[in-house]
Amino acid sequence: MNFAVLQFPASNCDQDAVHVLKNVLGHSVRLVWHKDLSLGSVDGVVVPGGFSYGDHLRTGAIARMSPIMQAVQQFAANGGTVLGICNGFQILCEAGLLPGALIRNRSLQFRCEHVYLKAATRRSGFTRAIPSGQVLRVPIAHGEGCYFADESTLKTLQAKDQILFQYTTAEGQITDAANPNGSLLNIAGICNERGNVAGLMPHPERASEGLMGSTDGRLVFEGWLQELAERKRPLAA
Amino acid sequence: MTEPAITPELVQKHGLTPEEFERIKTILGRSPNYTELGIFSVMWSEHCSYKNTRPLLKGFPTKSEKILVGAGEENAGIIDIGDGLAIAFKIESHNHPSAVEPFQGAATGVGGIIRDIFTMGARPICALNSLRFGDLTSAEVRRLFSGVVSGIAHYGNCFGIPTVAGEVYFDKSYEGNPLVNAFCLGVLRHEQIARGAAHGIGNPVFYVGPATGRDGLAGAAFASQDLTDESADQQRGAVQVGDPFMEKLVMEACLELLATGAVAGIQDMGAAGLTCSTCETAARAGTGIEIDLSKVPQRAPNMTPYEIMLSESQERMLIIVKKGREVEVQTIFDKWDLPWAEVGFVTDTGQMVVKNHGRLIVDIPARKLADEAPIYHRESREPAYLEAVRRFTLQGISDTTEPAQNLKALLGWPSIASKNWVYRQYDHMVRNGSVVYPGSDAAIVCIKEDSLPVLPDGTFGPKFKEKFIAMAVDCNAVYVYLDPYEGGKIAVAECARNLACSGAVPLGTTDNLNFGNPHNPEIFYQLRKSVEGLAEGCRAFNAPVTGGNVSLYNQNPNGAIDPTPTVAMVGLIENPAHITTQWFKDEGDIIVLLGEIIDDRDTLLGLGGSAYLQLIHGLKTGNPPRINLENEKKLHDGVRALITAGVVKSAHDCSDGGLAVALAECCISQQIARETPRLIGATVDLTEFGSLRSDALLFGETQSRIILSVSPTQLEAARTDALKLGLQFREIGVVGGDRLTIRGSQSNLSAQLTELHDPWWNAIARAMQ
Repeated sequence: MNFAVLQFPASNCDQDAVHVLKNVLGHSVRLVWHKDLSLGSVDGVVVPGGFSYGDHLRTGAIARMSPIMQAVQQFAANGGTVLGICNGFQILCEAGLLPGALIRNRSLQFRCEHVYLKAATRRSGFTRAIPSGQVLRVPIAHGEGCYFADESTLKTLQAKDQILFQYTTAEGQITDAANPNGSLLNIAGICNERGNVAGLMPHPERASEGLMGSTDGRLVFEGWLQELAERKRPLAA
Repeated sequence: MTEPAITPELVQKHGLTPEEFERIKTILGRSPNYTELGIFSVMWSEHCSYKNTRPLLKGFPTKSEKILVGAGEENAGIIDIGDGLAIAFKIESHNHPSAVEPFQGAATGVGGIIRDIFTMGARPICALNSLRFGDLTSAEVRRLFSGVVSGIAHYGNCFGIPTVAGEVYFDKSYEGNPLVNAFCLGVLRHEQIARGAAHGIGNPVFYVGPATGRDGLAGAAFASQDLTDESADQQRGAVQVGDPFMEKLVMEACLELLATGAVAGIQDMGAAGLTCSTCETAARAGTGIEIDLSKVPQRAPNMTPYEIMLSESQERMLIIVKKGREVEVQTIFDKWDLPWAEVGFVTDTGQMVVKNHGRLIVDIPARKLADEAPIYHRESREPAYLEAVRRFTLQGISDTTEPAQNLKALLGWPSIASKNWVYRQYDHMVRNGSVVYPGSDAAIVCIKEDSLPVLPDGTFGPKFKEKFIAMAVDCNAVYVYLDPYEGGKIAVAECARNLACSGAVPLGTTDNLNFGNPHNPEIFYQLRKSVEGLAEGCRAFNAPVTGGNVSLYNQNPNGAIDPTPTVAMVGLIENPAHITTQWFKDEGDIIVLLGEIIDDRDTLLGLGGSAYLQLIHGLKTGNPPRINLENEKKLHDGVRALITAGVVKSAHDCSDGGLAVALAECCISQQIARETPRLIGATVDLTEFGSLRSDALLFGETQSRIILSVSPTQLEAARTDALKLGLQFREIGVVGGDRLTIRGSQSNLSAQLTELHDPWWNAIARAMQ
């Protein structure tokens, strides 16, 4: 597959995404500069983590106005799959590609630690490779990861099976104590209604090699790759 | 605007003595003007010139066949790690700014050390820090502590560098004088080493990065004075304001530019800003430099030459570009939307010339300014308190009757307790290379292709086998206070021991000497003796000093800090199978003690200066434990050999809190995920040491001891190897269960692991609530 990993000023997990897609999973990856107007011919887009524009104004608020985001909007509108991780999730929310917002952690502090997650649905490409009921151990690293949306948006997310991941205990229970940031419904990741744009606060790319302490995050990429393989032709924007 | 007249008062206000002023007049052949006086004052401050410590620093070992750039040559030292790769690393203090404005003070400390690393052409890949605060019962101390930690988190997280290890101690001597020492390590290929020299007569000099403001005016001079009550208010303007977003862009742009080959020299504007970067680059190259301040981007209106030259606005770089290749600088910095300006050129005069709109402002011989600061051989006198320290005996100190309570208290003592409250605020995983996180003896980071700056062709260059860098930072300052020489040796030994336990071979050391006012002969004695100890330690472990930092005047009207020569050591692990962590792994494994159970030549049995005496008896006195560096080296070589032989499942050094705390840490320190520790018990039998005091046996801090766990099937192989290596190898217990039990002949210690984990894990968070 051919992936594009976007590069905004102060993206800082861009190389991590490239490393996993290229060196761990063996696919072709290109960094795409935020001022570019086109993604080129790609099968999937990663909006990586980091502090685009130094989180000035609000996380993701300036990055969503970068020229490349037009191309991402078009790519998504054509059905292309987009994965936003951490700051990427925040950017996709700001861009209106995903509903809701990510606000300050309830602890009011940055948190970097491994958490437990469960896939809330297996219908998405990003969750289909995860064995039913399996609890994943994946790190988070954010100060603004508390998922927030109004009542009706939450209802829609639930009704349309758009919640991808929820924070759980090691045993897979969705409890308040297992919630690291105060996210509503313990939401760690969601997708859009069509299912082709996803965002998650945990970092699956940091849990894709045994040496890094967990390989659970690979399942997210593997499901995505399966889905892309099933689509016969590459998409272009 | 008229400049102030140069009066003796003004000279004194600039921290210069009448003799220094005379020397300036001799150098210039005239009296300096106001701007020149400011320039001399910052360049001849301790922070920039090491005028009080240079003779001492000469005692450090600084050579090895692996050193590519040595101590004092450049902004950071560089060491060869094989396969054409190298690492650049250094530690630096930001103590005074953090005392006045903890968040920005600490943040810009991180920013400054990161710049020192990428200035060398290396990509910064991880950071460490060493922090000291007063007692957490004080609200002001809590404010400083939380401000410093969030400042470090803010800068490092946004920049995208993992903060992978560190140390934090709390002691009354740091009240009002916190220490913030920041370390950064970067990676590069040998051919990518950049130099901070203004080579090439006629080459243009570029200023890149954000505009210059009035922030951080004369910070280097401020850092070279005692802190007083007024300093907090008056000198807040000397604290810089950091922007990690800007630094990230400046770093990426500089690495991209260095790859083009268009750069003749590069230096960051850190302490003493534009002043230091211009005169040092010229001095290194033996050239001169001329700049015009009207071309320097300025953030505030009507800045005077004095202000522009002394500003320490952050994230700025000085780049000497090969003539004819200016456009490459412009293209790259425009791509990153960064300000740049051509501000001057390299000359053959040897002079640092500063003009403003063409009018001559400054004309100083660069080399004399940069390298010929006065050197002082300060008077040294043994501190009076040491006599009482040496007289101290255990007489009248009754042995413990409640060892389990003591252990819980020690584990919950903030200096020993888990620092998770701190490091969970740091992104310690970004860049996807952190193999061992904070919370084990040493952090371990993987060196892979994206650890490197790109080559001119945009690639990372030829493939290589991943390597692993281990790092630790240590200093038990109470030992140094009680015995500066022995304490200095122990600081190095503990750091090296942490590396050995993680499976690494030391490569080099960087040190941060934090002391009080060197004009006090007793303080200078602490400095002199501890540097001797440090130097001897570095020689013993073949870990030469590649650079570092000196921070003096860490004192306020209530007194000086404990002498704190912080040591950061870096080591290499070639094979990932040799990466070793401190926690016990499997039930049934045998617990082995390498080293003497207690040093019986020490009349205090390892309790002098111990955490136990401080916490349980309120005593900070007694001769600290002795160390024999030859034995210590044998221990390190031995544990590495056992690790390489594949017989070691865990290795943990005994330090603060002694054997009992070390054993408890082996049982409770593995963290699987949020709120999910992995607790694994142990039963230890020390009854064979019948006659010894329980407190000394459990909590004594005798040096040169390591706790291993070994599979029962490999026990004999391990023993045979260890004896061949000349190590003392003693089975002391078995891993398993949900308690830690230590049987002694005087008393038994037994506690549920959950009761040990709770105070250890939560003590700091509770103190901060």
